[in-house]
Amino acid sequence: MAVMMEEVLPKQAGPSRTGDNGPVRLELSTADGATKIFGFWMFLVSDVLLFASLFATYVVIYTHTADGPTAAHLFGHDTAGFLAETLALLTSSFTCGLATWEMHQGRAGRLKMWMGITILLGLVFLGLEITEFRDFVGQGATMQASAFLSGFYTLVGTHGAHVTMGVLWMSLILYQLARFGLNAVTARKFFIVGLYWHFLDIVWVLIFTVVYLTGVM
Amino acid sequence: MGDGLANTAGHFFVTGDPLIIGSDVAIVLVSLGIVFVLTYFKKWKWLWREWLTTVDHKKIAIMYLLAAILMLFRGGVDAELMRTQLALPNMKFLSPEHYDQIFTTHGTIMILFMAMPFIFAMFNAVVPLQIGARDVAFPYLNAISFWLFFFGALLFNLSFVIGGSPDAGWTSYPPLTELQFDPGVGENYYLLALSISGIGTIATGVNFIATIIKMRAPGMTLMKMPLFTWAVLGTCIIILFVFPVLSVALALLLIDRLFGAHFFTMMYGGNPMQFINLFWIWGHPEVYIAVLPAFGIYSEVVSTFSQKKIFGYKSMVASIMAITIIGNLTWVHHFFTMGAGPAVNTFFSISTMAVAIPTGVKVFNWLMTMYRGRITLSLPMMWALAFIPNFALAGATGVWLAEAPTDYQYHNSYFLVAHFHQALIGGVVYGMLAGMYYWWPKMFGFKLKEKYGKWAFWFFNVGFYVCFMPQYILGLMGMQRRMYTYPADMHWTGLNFVSTIGAYLMGIGFLFIAVQIIHSLLHMEKDLTGDPWGGRTLEWALPSPPPHYNFAVIPHVTARDEWWERKRRGEQDAFLPRPEAIHDIHMPKNSGVPFLMGLCFFIAGFGFTFGWMVVGALGLLGVLACLAHRSLDQHPDHDIPAEEVRRTEAALGRL
Repeated sequence: MAVMMEEVLPKQAGPSRTGDNGPVRLELSTADGATKIFGFWMFLVSDVLLFASLFATYVVIYTHTADGPTAAHLFGHDTAGFLAETLALLTSSFTCGLATWEMHQGRAGRLKMWMGITILLGLVFLGLEITEFRDFVGQGATMQASAFLSGFYTLVGTHGAHVTMGVLWMSLILYQLARFGLNAVTARKFFIVGLYWHFLDIVWVLIFTVVYLTGVM
Repeated sequence: MGDGLANTAGHFFVTGDPLIIGSDVAIVLVSLGIVFVLTYFKKWKWLWREWLTTVDHKKIAIMYLLAAILMLFRGGVDAELMRTQLALPNMKFLSPEHYDQIFTTHGTIMILFMAMPFIFAMFNAVVPLQIGARDVAFPYLNAISFWLFFFGALLFNLSFVIGGSPDAGWTSYPPLTELQFDPGVGENYYLLALSISGIGTIATGVNFIATIIKMRAPGMTLMKMPLFTWAVLGTCIIILFVFPVLSVALALLLIDRLFGAHFFTMMYGGNPMQFINLFWIWGHPEVYIAVLPAFGIYSEVVSTFSQKKIFGYKSMVASIMAITIIGNLTWVHHFFTMGAGPAVNTFFSISTMAVAIPTGVKVFNWLMTMYRGRITLSLPMMWALAFIPNFALAGATGVWLAEAPTDYQYHNSYFLVAHFHQALIGGVVYGMLAGMYYWWPKMFGFKLKEKYGKWAFWFFNVGFYVCFMPQYILGLMGMQRRMYTYPADMHWTGLNFVSTIGAYLMGIGFLFIAVQIIHSLLHMEKDLTGDPWGGRTLEWALPSPPPHYNFAVIPHVTARDEWWERKRRGEQDAFLPRPEAIHDIHMPKNSGVPFLMGLCFFIAGFGFTFGWMVVGALGLLGVLACLAHRSLDQHPDHDIPAEEVRRTEAALGRL
């Protein structure tokens, strides 16, 4: 079952490659796995550009509040909300890192445990974000109220949609780990969803800075 | 809501215009014809098994090529309609509204649904063969890319009979494209069709970068790669950097239209120029996305038909990479008139002119390759030769347009129209035709007969100059783009009439290509050698068309023009597999899911176009289901036994 594409990949033959520093990590142990991880990095480049465009648009219009609620008005009164979101997501990135570390130690049980905790923290983050959005809309700060709010909901919401995808995706991989055990294929799959998760964390740090901190100032 | 629905239903099918009703009838008849032929010859299963479910890059290439030629026809008909309307002053051939729709669909189709699939046809047909690989890095994803393109194109073309076409130009600038000024579904079609095919394009970019970086045959270092493959690498890097920006621009405009947001409206703080910036951050590099593969094709063609190695290989590589980078820094030259001020405009003037330098290097390298070469005037070479003066003129007028102060005079005039048609036809279309003629025997296993091809060449070339040279002058005389008619006393009549004749000549040229393909199909001359042109790179070491695993044994590469060097040393046999060197080959399995995923995207796109959120959401759920299905598929690959490979190779006379 271990992926059998190495014949398609003439550059690196054989399923058990060894690097200069001893055995290669499980997720990179097949040429197919290494190619897929490389491909995912390339996808992340395009996702960086996607968020870059959204950030650029937000920065252009975030002062265009059209006499509606401003950033200071929305975030200034309730810093606890977005701080809690930040805490949940940053912690989930840490637990995701622990999961990767356990995977490299070959401890599938603890890998699954940390994945479960990561998913839960992702859900906590989403719950907080949905509550925040609902509160804002309740105050009349809807997406239709001003260019600033269109930009806010779209930028933060796109990140939230990514986190939602991440939760669904990581759950699917957790199921596969439980069903098929830890092998080169499931290791690669987890490693890739892990890359995605850490990437979303980095995007959140930028949102925290550009949207929330700048807004509170 | 109920009223809205009833209203929409009333306008669901486009009626009233005899041209459109005629096309409706034609579409229905052709569709019935296709269904009848497939049923009569019992070909449904064949269609599904061999084509709709394929993940083979060679078959995907053929599907892209067919789609590109069909879209070239559709876009070309749009062009002929426009030129007919403009042949004489005060014509009533097209109504203003219909004219608006036609210039919009012409531009959008030619760039996104003709040029893009054409370059992807070339990527797919050639890159894995040139680098000694058995397929692309992600064959399944490659099929998804194709079906997203296909269903995006279908959605876009559907607008013309259901609901109405977009009518705000291929650039779709707000605030004109906001709901307030442009109600109806036309713009939604545009936004969703481009978004769907755009996702496929990003996937193709990822796929071919991974293929070129990770899958080259042993010994093929980066600096031994054929120049076409280098050009594809540069193109894919640009795709990766700019297509997401287009996706965002389209998505934000769609959010404005569907959910009443204010990104680009004139009210509530919206900023329309932000769309225009985002659009051209994609739009200008898009020109290089289309033209770099053409440059790669010219390099292969000129070298092969001069029987010389390419002059200045390293400077060619450097030029490709320079264009890849500088091309991303020129977008503001599309709207110098925005009024960004002298400093910004100066920067973008200079960066635009700077692109001419690596391009010039490439032109001189092609000329120097031909110098004292043994030139064969085959069809690919003729198109390559015709390209050089054509593109030189496009470059020269481009530098005029790049001068910000004078650009205020030419901006959005027919001078600009003539310039970019010269760059995109003289550069991209000529290149794609050269590539099509060059690799046709490799893709299909038979050659295209030269006779009608030469007629096509001369009609198209002469027609091109007759069509577009007058437009430069018309532009300088003040004629603006997108005018649906003009008064008789402007002294524009003669030049417009000549231009229309040129457009008809180009149309005849296209018909000759169609005749040539049909004629060659009927009187098939098989390519039994696998190397009909005296090629230089690995693809010519294989039979035409290659077996679906391409290489029975992966070759070792030692030289830049590996196949040419082997032939020169009389070592062609080194590429024939030894029976004991053949092992089982692992290949990806065919799958119908990429097709279904495209269909789900189509349903989602159609739903959102009409504001039917439930249909849209169902389509997206279908997409998620397809993704999950793939993730849970435990056996996406299969083995071809060594014995079967040996039999195939023996049947090809290679054992």
